[in-house]
Amino acid sequence: MNKFVPERHRPFIFGAVLTIALPCVALLTALPARATTIERVRSPGGIEAWLVHEPAVPLIAVDFAFVGGAVQDAPGKAGTANLATSLLDSGAGDLDSKAFQDRLERKAIEMNFSAERDNVRGAMRTLTENRDEAFDLLRLAVTSPRFDAADVELNRAQIMSMLRRETTSPGDIASRRWWETAFQGHPYGRPVNGTTESLPGIGIDDLKAYTHRVLARSNLKIAVVGDIDAETLKPLLDRVFGALPAKPELTPIENVTPQGLGRRIFVSLDVPQAVVDFGGPGIGRKDPDFMTAYVVNHILGGGSSDSRLYHEVREKRGLAYSVSDSLVWLDHSALFLGGTATRADRSGETVDLIEKEIHRLAEDGPTAVELAEAKNYLNSSFVLNLDTSTKIAGMLVQLQLDDLGADYFTARSAMIGAVTLDGAKRVAKRLLDNGMLVTVVGKPAGVASTTPN
Amino acid sequence: MSKKLMLAAVLAGALAGAANLDKATAGSGPDVSHFTLSNGLEVVVVPDHRAPVVTHMIWYKVGAADETAGKSGLAHFLEHLMFKGTEKNPGASFSQDVNEIGGQENAFTSSDYTGFFQRVPREHLKEMMALEADRITGLVLTDEVVRPELNVVLEEQNMRVANNPGARLGEQMDAALYLNHPYGRPVIGWRHEIEKLDRDQALAFYRHFYTPNNAIVVVAGDVTADEVKADAEETYGKVPERTPSNPRQRPTEPAQEAPRTVTLADSRVEQPSVSRNYLVPSETSAKPGESEALEVLAHVLGTGEDCRLYRTLVVDKGIALSTGAYYSGTALDYGKFGFFGTPKPGVSLHQLEDGIDAVLDDVVQHGITADELDRAKNRLIADAVYAQDNQATLARWYGSALATGQTVDMVRGWPDRIHAVTADAVQQAARTWLDRRQSVTGYLVKSLQPQESHQESHS
Repeated sequence: MNKFVPERHRPFIFGAVLTIALPCVALLTALPARATTIERVRSPGGIEAWLVHEPAVPLIAVDFAFVGGAVQDAPGKAGTANLATSLLDSGAGDLDSKAFQDRLERKAIEMNFSAERDNVRGAMRTLTENRDEAFDLLRLAVTSPRFDAADVELNRAQIMSMLRRETTSPGDIASRRWWETAFQGHPYGRPVNGTTESLPGIGIDDLKAYTHRVLARSNLKIAVVGDIDAETLKPLLDRVFGALPAKPELTPIENVTPQGLGRRIFVSLDVPQAVVDFGGPGIGRKDPDFMTAYVVNHILGGGSSDSRLYHEVREKRGLAYSVSDSLVWLDHSALFLGGTATRADRSGETVDLIEKEIHRLAEDGPTAVELAEAKNYLNSSFVLNLDTSTKIAGMLVQLQLDDLGADYFTARSAMIGAVTLDGAKRVAKRLLDNGMLVTVVGKPAGVASTTPN
Repeated sequence: MSKKLMLAAVLAGALAGAANLDKATAGSGPDVSHFTLSNGLEVVVVPDHRAPVVTHMIWYKVGAADETAGKSGLAHFLEHLMFKGTEKNPGASFSQDVNEIGGQENAFTSSDYTGFFQRVPREHLKEMMALEADRITGLVLTDEVVRPELNVVLEEQNMRVANNPGARLGEQMDAALYLNHPYGRPVIGWRHEIEKLDRDQALAFYRHFYTPNNAIVVVAGDVTADEVKADAEETYGKVPERTPSNPRQRPTEPAQEAPRTVTLADSRVEQPSVSRNYLVPSETSAKPGESEALEVLAHVLGTGEDCRLYRTLVVDKGIALSTGAYYSGTALDYGKFGFFGTPKPGVSLHQLEDGIDAVLDDVVQHGITADELDRAKNRLIADAVYAQDNQATLARWYGSALATGQTVDMVRGWPDRIHAVTADAVQQAARTWLDRRQSVTGYLVKSLQPQESHQESHS
């Protein structure tokens, strides 16, 4: 897993999927997993969820997202979304933190909330036998978190401790410098977790204001997978989410492209291995070239041991244990972003090599064989994303966030199939010929900072 | 792709207390089959028909604890080299085949086992079995591929250990915990010994330990036992036994008489922490009921926000930011029971350690409540149900258990044995095994200032 890329932006949703039929209200989409179908369930109160009913294992996985993540933090208060979401399961309604955690523990109910740049994410997992209690506790967490002072201070102290640790962690420094440079002055440049300066200034009122503004119904995407059918789910959706405001109050966010291209930023830190982040502008999720870019990126540094970067950096030269890159699509920007870690005295050589490989792919494009293999891989491997309830639920939320309907499903495998060599060459140039911003954290050997052109 | 993701899980698991996550059950779950081929290779089949996917794993009963002294890291280095091709499938053709069918592959090494796996669409299972069968005895290595791979392993050591003060402390603590047993060696190896590993050593190790009678194949996913058996006979069944497999007898621990403390100072440490590991029985070496009691004890003391350590030290006394406990029991010879804690600013490691010891002492003196017992048992048994949602988790559980001397029935019966644990057994386990003389305590600090040094002051 590439540490730089939020889970939700992993490109796991592309592959062979067939649509069966779209009768009336419920929309049924067959995934390759034999009888697995997606139902679009609408509650009496109008809340929609995408459901895969799979009774083979007696558990239910719920995954959901509210659009409006850390980008909605007020200026000077970076980390608000993260602190607020960390507290949703620390006491809610009549249950203080201790009572709430006790209820979860007794019934083995798992609940997680997190903030990303663009979204607030939530997930819950329960055994079927504890379904009603689990959905009730979820309702409390989402609609009436308490933000008791003691819990706020504890979570704040825990996050501060983590932020202090990050100040000497090469991976965290490399990532922070990359994002703050690429998105200077934009909310994307602020760390999701906040900073040691911003965190003390976040008040309980800020947390309450944040959840009030962001947790609403119209920006909510829900997926449910497991041992529950549509008729059982419908009233539960209203019970959990029905009391939320109809609409969020989101601050508009400007679209932005990454800055600092052509720069190498070196940060000195006394560690034996240098950590390198590299990246540049990507291609947006709704861009007609997206799928081609996705295939091209797989050839460059996508997850398999067949990628050019893996081959050149690791297999041939042993410069690093891991090297990869991914397309990252955000609501207001698009990137390709990668990383590696390499010995200090060869970090310059490694960065040069990565730049050379990216340049070579931009200039010449992939070979016909590489293209065919990548297309085949991306279609065939899709089914591996469908073997657990939590993976399927996460995927269904991402489909909704990306605004991909079922008709898109049918086309997708064919869209990968339709990527041509000429198209791949053109898009390789478009994607990879813009220069990169590179951050290197390690001992000063082999690489130095450059100034902007 | 990093080939050693699961090594990380195995290494981190001991520190992070991931033991519970590995727990699954067949008690109420899939109908697990187990058989042995005529060449001695064991096969386990775990059906899961929800998606047309299979997880195919081979586990060799050899790990870092089987290395010759002075050649630490050899088992793990060989794991990397296993991707370099055979006479029949030269170079990267195995990996290329996996890529061509849209599969994923990886491998991992622990002190007791070395494993390789592929996750593929179900129809490709037999191809994977054929490739993996060929790799049991067919490996070909040249210096041309071995040398760059040694650099890859050295970078892996940099990434996992050298760059990470907490991991460096963990290595030193293991070395101090085991006075005589090879579990004291890091799985990845000591760097100065890794640097000297070479092709000939790797091949000698390979020829000695990689043989069908020293391996277990686990197939989980959309398959039936009958088809797996037929395919296994046609692939793995054709590989002759090349060396007899001998029972693994490692040096054992003498009576441990002195508590040990280890302090690692690094200017990069911004958050000090304290942790302790006790030498305890593993699931394989424990007396009946003992490892299950340790599992419940670890849960009551230190799992989640509702456990004794977190409640007492984080919530009530407010002296810790985090704390927890774990039992790491999937091993042939010994298990580890441990705790960790990070203090709030202004609280010393000393104070926090005393607070943790007070919580432990209370359990030793007064035991746990019936309510705590019930809650822990419910949660552990529920974890086994959750594990059924993930075929790879089930495959790992069966593979690691069998590779460390357990049986399929032991894995199946785990929820029942947890259910049978009594409060008395938990107190007895705490009394017997929370013995400082059989422990090492580690301190992670920024510098060895007098007030932060615990080497002399704590006994």
